[in-house]
Amino acid sequence: MAVTYTPIATTTLGSAQSSVTFNSFSGYTDLILISNPKVSSNQEAVQIQFNGDTGTNYSFTQFGGDGSSTFSYRTTNGNYIYVSNGTSATNYGAGIFHIMNYANTTTYKTVLGRFSEAAYVAWANAGMWRSTAAITSFTLSVSGTSKTLSTGSTFTLYGILAA
Amino acid sequence: MSPIIGIMASQISGHLNNYAYESIQTVTLGSTQSSISFTSIPSTYKHLQVRGIARGTFAATNLNLCMQFNSDTSNSYTYHQLNGDGSSVAAGGGTAQAFGFVGRIAQANATANAFGASVIDVLDYANTNKYSTIRSFGGYDANGNGYSTLMSSVYIKTDAVTSIQIFGNLGDLVQYSSFALYGIKG
Repeated sequence: MAVTYTPIATTTLGSAQSSVTFNSFSGYTDLILISNPKVSSNQEAVQIQFNGDTGTNYSFTQFGGDGSSTFSYRTTNGNYIYVSNGTSATNYGAGIFHIMNYANTTTYKTVLGRFSEAAYVAWANAGMWRSTAAITSFTLSVSGTSKTLSTGSTFTLYGILAA
Repeated sequence: MSPIIGIMASQISGHLNNYAYESIQTVTLGSTQSSISFTSIPSTYKHLQVRGIARGTFAATNLNLCMQFNSDTSNSYTYHQLNGDGSSVAAGGGTAQAFGFVGRIAQANATANAFGASVIDVLDYANTNKYSTIRSFGGYDANGNGYSTLMSSVYIKTDAVTSIQIFGNLGDLVQYSSFALYGIKG
């Protein structure tokens, strides 16, 4: 039985940044991104793009609750998938994002995310990047013009290798 | 709650220190099949996790992904689910089912090449003093339809789980559907 669930890289921001990129993660089956972000404006989302693809090749279905109401919405033909939504400028959020079977070259890529920030909404989503290319890099950024990831935001990437 | 495992983050790749998470088996379909099975599951772990992607052959956009233990097709499973479909949130459940629900996957009428995914935890699976609980997080998106789901099922028998069967609620699973079984030490 092969030991797996390997830490690949951790990034903790020493200053505000517009984006963070991971690009050295070959040899695994699934990736898990654990995020602990804070952003420059309340209720902005941290979003992901793969392989530098900024085209309208992303979509996701999402649902959540804020303690009194539930919500569900969908984005089609979008430029990103949300890794987290409703992120705060005050509190760090917590999220786990699964990038499933990322290296295969036969299927579109499916991702699963769960994210919570105490002041806003607990979310879960399922997303798709409409490409059969293997994922070799991804970039995290903040939705909205000129928004940034705040100092202290942490992103940790793990690789899981199937037998 | 996920099995609690200590995960050490390090920027030094390959830094291994008594990890609790081991890969056991992987099944990737080379052609359409009715199910994916894991057999002869060792009893030496505390919990199991199944991770994978799948697409079905049924003439619909999506259907539930199902799980059985020990090839037990009796009505010995219950489930609850919470899901969002892009417009509303819904909850559901059932008792005396022939299988547990562990996700939602794209079917034949969904965008080509769109697959659903699930991360499925089977807790304390080898314990013969309790029912085995399944917790799953899954879903799919096909650029115009999709589901995100949280599900829980219980196998209403104290039998240790020695095999797992995964299949679509209706129809078969297509080529490239792939699931991997992992053992978590406790």
